[in-house]
Amino acid sequence: MLAYVLKRTGAAIATLVAASIVIFIFIHLIPGDPIYVMLGDEATPEQVEALRTRLGLDRPLYVQYFYWAGNVLQGDLGTSIFFQEPVTVIIRDGAETSLLLACVTMVWIVALGVPVGVLAAIRQGTWVDQGLSGIAMLLASIPTFWVGLYLILIFAAHLGWLPSSGYPSIFEDGGLSNLRYLLLPSLTLAAPNAALILRLTRASMLDVAKEDYVRTARSKGIRPYRVVVRHILRNALLAVVSAFGFTFAALISEAVVTETVFALPGIGRMVVQSILRRDYPVIQGVILVIVCLYLVINLLVDISYRYLDPRVDLE
Amino acid sequence: MTTKLRSFLSVFAARPVALLGLVYLVTIITVALGADLIAPYAPEDIEPVNRLSPPSWGHWFGTDHFGRDTFSRVLHGSRLALLIGVGVVSFALATGVPIGIISALFPRIGRVLMRMVDVMMAFPSLLLALGLIVILGQSVANAILAIGVIYLTTTARITYGVTLRLREETYVEAARSMGASTLWMIRKHILPNMISPLLVQASFVFAFAQLGAASLDFLGLGAPPEIPSWGNMLAESRIYITRAPWLLFYPGLMIVLTAFSLNLVGDVLRDRLDPRFREMLGNRQRR
Repeated sequence: MLAYVLKRTGAAIATLVAASIVIFIFIHLIPGDPIYVMLGDEATPEQVEALRTRLGLDRPLYVQYFYWAGNVLQGDLGTSIFFQEPVTVIIRDGAETSLLLACVTMVWIVALGVPVGVLAAIRQGTWVDQGLSGIAMLLASIPTFWVGLYLILIFAAHLGWLPSSGYPSIFEDGGLSNLRYLLLPSLTLAAPNAALILRLTRASMLDVAKEDYVRTARSKGIRPYRVVVRHILRNALLAVVSAFGFTFAALISEAVVTETVFALPGIGRMVVQSILRRDYPVIQGVILVIVCLYLVINLLVDISYRYLDPRVDLE
Repeated sequence: MTTKLRSFLSVFAARPVALLGLVYLVTIITVALGADLIAPYAPEDIEPVNRLSPPSWGHWFGTDHFGRDTFSRVLHGSRLALLIGVGVVSFALATGVPIGIISALFPRIGRVLMRMVDVMMAFPSLLLALGLIVILGQSVANAILAIGVIYLTTTARITYGVTLRLREETYVEAARSMGASTLWMIRKHILPNMISPLLVQASFVFAFAQLGAASLDFLGLGAPPEIPSWGNMLAESRIYITRAPWLLFYPGLMIVLTAFSLNLVGDVLRDRLDPRFREMLGNRQRR
């Protein structure tokens, strides 16, 4: 087990290093000189050169990379060109919204996707199953922002029950009641992902139901309910849990759109705006943090999977 | 009608909903090809008097803020939708399949290539696409490329998995022991057996490409705004959602119907796939 953990951690770190190089090179391929973005078009060549030297942008690319990577390891992601603030502060400011949004969304996904998937599997082949599976596929075929705009139209514009945009921190005015700002965004984000988890839960349940030990349990005369809960569901959930890592990564990616629709002050919207502003340090920092988060989650999922199901071999 | 086509259609006969999906897709292809003939107005025709007018006999789907006919624009939008879909699928197959096959047949190169695929998969897909658009510039071709790169990774992985299994088949081993060249094996044994799984993958990629392109359009980083794509129409309609909700409805419905039909067809094709390959095309599709 320890060997497995070490091996997987090593692989994750290697991937992270490779990803950091890719991010670094990517950012420097973006057309448009950040110096001009910072100084405006009227800057004199002397000013431009002076700033370029000050920021170290005149040095060879690999030197810039090691300089950047060294700082990152010390917790310094650089300074935003646009805000003139440390990138870590900007990420911290957006993190509350993004992480809360992801967590509330995960609650929806687990609460809706798993039980409905179990129901579809139990009623396999009936109209209940076909209906639920059809709805799941439909939800996975809808653009998230379309769902979001319709939720705004119905619940914010027409009914006026919920706010349509923004999110004030729960640590400031309003407390936990501010979570209502995340209700529509989280539903928007949850729809396609809950659909995927539903399909996965159903497929996984049906796979496990074919196992010999399920037949044995049934033939021993164990009550059907107990077979489903104890023998099928417990084992089927393993595959579902491992999919949560993928889902979380999908949430971060899709949150870019959802945060834009609902004008949420999260990391996703920050990335889009930084891309448009050519704010290199912020783009670099945010993407690196997101990739890091994704790798850590997947590592934890892999390890817990191995722990929960010792049959999974080491490779 | 050839037997192959007949057996293909017979699968759909058992699943009426999927048959509807297939019919929809054929219709949308026809519409895309004949948009100029079918559409009552040119997509860029402006009628300032009829700004934001609701659906009527003259304008079935209403008009937008320039008085342009939404129905005609929706019909023309199908062209870009198909172009994006075909483009993304072609790119993903043209890059992913060689990477997958080479990785499976030459483990030394494969280890490096598949690690690179892993690294690319560590990036959230939409951010990867956004980053590429910013580097390459905003155009339809670059949108195709940016979304194609996302599905390059999944296609490479599936091809890799399928090739690994096929490599172990007795007939492939027999061919190899008789001195068949690698290229011959790929052409005669590996590629023909890969058509079904790749067809399933292609239909899902086509579906997700629709959603990805719509998201890029919505963020203002997809097709240039003057092109009547469904995503662009939705992005423009955003400020008018309370005044002109029909602008939000029809383009979105087209995206949903297209993606849904493709998913339905892909699902049916997957169900009749060789069970050994089915699990590789499971629910872990990247979005």
